[in-house]
Amino acid sequence: MSTVLSRATARMVPLQIDGDELQVPEGSTILQACRGRGLDTPTLCYLETLTPVNVCRVCVVEVEGSRVLVPACSRKVEPGMKVKTDSERVRHSRRMVLEFLASSVDLSLTGPAVKGWMDQYGVQPERYGPAAATQAGERDRAHAGHHHPPDPSHAATVRQPVKIDNELYVRDYSKCILCFKCVEACGADAQNTFAITVAGRGFDARISTEFAVGLPQSACVYCGNCIGVCPTGALMFKSEYDMRQAATWDESRQQVTSTICGYCGVGCTLDLHVQDNTIVKVTSPLDHDVTRGHLCIKGRFGFQFVQNREPDSGRPRNPRP
Amino acid sequence: MFGAGGGTSSYREVEETDVIILWGSNARETHPIFFHHVLKGVHRGARLFAVDPRRTSSAEWADIWLGIDVGTDISLANAMAREIIHAGLANMEFIERATTDFEEYRRTVERYPLERAERETGVPAAVIKEVAHTYARADRAQICWTLGITEHHNAVDNVLALINLALLTGHVGRYGSGLNPLRGQNNVQGGGDMGAIPNKLPGFQDVEDPEKRAKFERAWNCTVPPKRGWHLSQMFEAMERGDLTTLYVIGENPAQSEADQKRALHLLGGLEHLVVQDIFMTRTARMAHVVLPAAAGWCESEGTVTSSERRVQRVRKALEPPQGARDDIEIICEIARRLGHDWGTPTAEQVWDEVRSLSPMHTGMSYRRLEELGGIQWPCPDENHPGSQFLHGRLWENPVQGPRAPFSAVQQEPPVDELSEEFPIRLTTGRRLDSFNTGVQTGGYSSPLRDGEFLCISPEDGVRYGVADGEMARASSRRGWVEVAIRYDAACRPGLAFMTLHFPDETATNVLTIDATDPKSGTAEFKASAIRIETLRVPAGSPSR
Repeated sequence: MSTVLSRATARMVPLQIDGDELQVPEGSTILQACRGRGLDTPTLCYLETLTPVNVCRVCVVEVEGSRVLVPACSRKVEPGMKVKTDSERVRHSRRMVLEFLASSVDLSLTGPAVKGWMDQYGVQPERYGPAAATQAGERDRAHAGHHHPPDPSHAATVRQPVKIDNELYVRDYSKCILCFKCVEACGADAQNTFAITVAGRGFDARISTEFAVGLPQSACVYCGNCIGVCPTGALMFKSEYDMRQAATWDESRQQVTSTICGYCGVGCTLDLHVQDNTIVKVTSPLDHDVTRGHLCIKGRFGFQFVQNREPDSGRPRNPRP
Repeated sequence: MFGAGGGTSSYREVEETDVIILWGSNARETHPIFFHHVLKGVHRGARLFAVDPRRTSSAEWADIWLGIDVGTDISLANAMAREIIHAGLANMEFIERATTDFEEYRRTVERYPLERAERETGVPAAVIKEVAHTYARADRAQICWTLGITEHHNAVDNVLALINLALLTGHVGRYGSGLNPLRGQNNVQGGGDMGAIPNKLPGFQDVEDPEKRAKFERAWNCTVPPKRGWHLSQMFEAMERGDLTTLYVIGENPAQSEADQKRALHLLGGLEHLVVQDIFMTRTARMAHVVLPAAAGWCESEGTVTSSERRVQRVRKALEPPQGARDDIEIICEIARRLGHDWGTPTAEQVWDEVRSLSPMHTGMSYRRLEELGGIQWPCPDENHPGSQFLHGRLWENPVQGPRAPFSAVQQEPPVDELSEEFPIRLTTGRRLDSFNTGVQTGGYSSPLRDGEFLCISPEDGVRYGVADGEMARASSRRGWVEVAIRYDAACRPGLAFMTLHFPDETATNVLTIDATDPKSGTAEFKASAIRIETLRVPAGSPSR
């Protein structure tokens, strides 16, 4: 266990956080140091299993001597560093980040922690005015340099129709905060399929397949590892989406049971989310060394056979199109 | 290997090794999450070599793809060994201290100069040399294989040829260096560990060893048959002789999964009594006299399974099974009761505790510890033992603890189903990413990647045999024929064809395959049939049946 060894032998770095002196292992990030002290530091684009990309800026802290605020999730501690996590400048910056997101993105399915931060930092998205009307598909057609001046009385949004082009998962980019996690999970941090990335610039930026083709025409292999890391519900099992549309999705009636995938011999842990004796979603724990939260198409979506057994037909219903 | 059938390393070590040889494994599609670990290694700078007749999606990630001709793995391995020895790169200190039978091995591989291997395998001599040197010089190196090695009539020899390479270079028994068979099904490892093989009791304890047997007889208060049983292929031979007339099949679909399907169907159909215990009414179940509907092991019952890195992990009940379907343990105990043995109604944990009491390598794995540690890798002899990240570290102790590891000299043998003018194309079989075996399970979900069965061939062969991309054609072997859509696939070199077994109801690929089996492992040579391809547009010659 080389990580354990290196952690044990790592040199300790002294620093100050909010006036308190502390020592943390060399190579730690400010975020790790903060969380080690129980300081609640908001994050959106950060995930333990992915490389920090510093795009959401909600974790910023003030470091003495630094002209700009620094992202806690990626900045490594340095000896003698003086960090402020709750200064007026930090609070203001975090408030603006959350306000811009909340005024332009549908955060209704983003976890309770985000709602807590919005209260904590006094976020008021309504002050940007009512949401501007958008046309279906407008964002996918946007090209750099072809913009009209925005209407200052309305809040610009990323609203657009839900993309439903296969039976396994849907993409509702009205809920996308561009945290980049899906791109990383699809890319070099896990799946290495590179089916999606950010297209467009500025407010036009959006997650897209090559040439915005549908998933069946793209490089996607339906591992669903993008769904596994999505913090806002923009990427969602079709089964969950359909149940939400039918108002039957009820997490209070769901149980999560850990088991092992029944397909190949790798032994991936599956967390089966079950409602009314039906598997409605499959995830994998981030902290298990085998999967680190990632699965393949069979582990993520291949569970249907246990719940459409038709004893008389001899084989499961085959919904191949 | 060396007495216990399991991969020697952990997945984690693949991330921290220097050289990875994927030999007869398309892990990108067949073990996708293991391949994540491979890719972490590649991103850290490990060199990846892919030995595969097809340029698979795994091979696309490799530094070098060794496009080997089907069934010539031993020639390649022996030539690598000869090159390593001649270049002075053999780890003589390790060989002398920790192994036996090196001299015979050296004499055998001496007959495999690079030129011979190039001729037999189709891999250029310079490439064989480079891979041999890179593997031997590496600080840490892994060889990982799958069915491309084991689905051959000389499967055991193939595996031994790879083990020899690790012994020659000392790439086993150390962190980051090892030999790893990737298991094709979720509990193949556990099944073997539990004694579901003809010659072993749980924990790889030999059934023909009176002392081991006596331990089980005391615990079970019965007599354990003192001779090894039959493996699957021997059972079919016994059916043919009329020595086996009753078969109890649990969770297997041999009517569609066996090579030479016509023979398998004939023999299964001739049984006096066939019992099938399955979660589905499979093709085999439809032939049965008695069907016992079972709960799905991975989500409708409690228990453990064991992965390719020897990790024992808990499966748990998340769903109530359909009405009438019962837990495997319950069914087996009910059958025992009706045969006059009251085994009570044990829970999965009670059965597991019995395993722990009889199998020393599992003794330390209580349910509580399996839960706390997220699974434990065997051997784990007591409750203070953390489990074993890698095996055979003893080979590096001086002097070596326990028996030394033997080299096993093996010779190249071509596949049984010979290519001829009549059957000029080598058909090999495998899996695709979104499907699994005979499709019984994966048929249940709607995969956007799925496109039915097709026969992949090189565009050159398409032209040569007059079949267009997408056209239906007839593929014939010495055993039968199927009609199947042609797909031009750049992954296949001329002379090579590829099919899966995923859609047996539509395309019975196993009508074509040969049931030539390895005498030791009982595995059929699914990877090497000889076929010909004919267009259906013009009247075809009468196929050889």
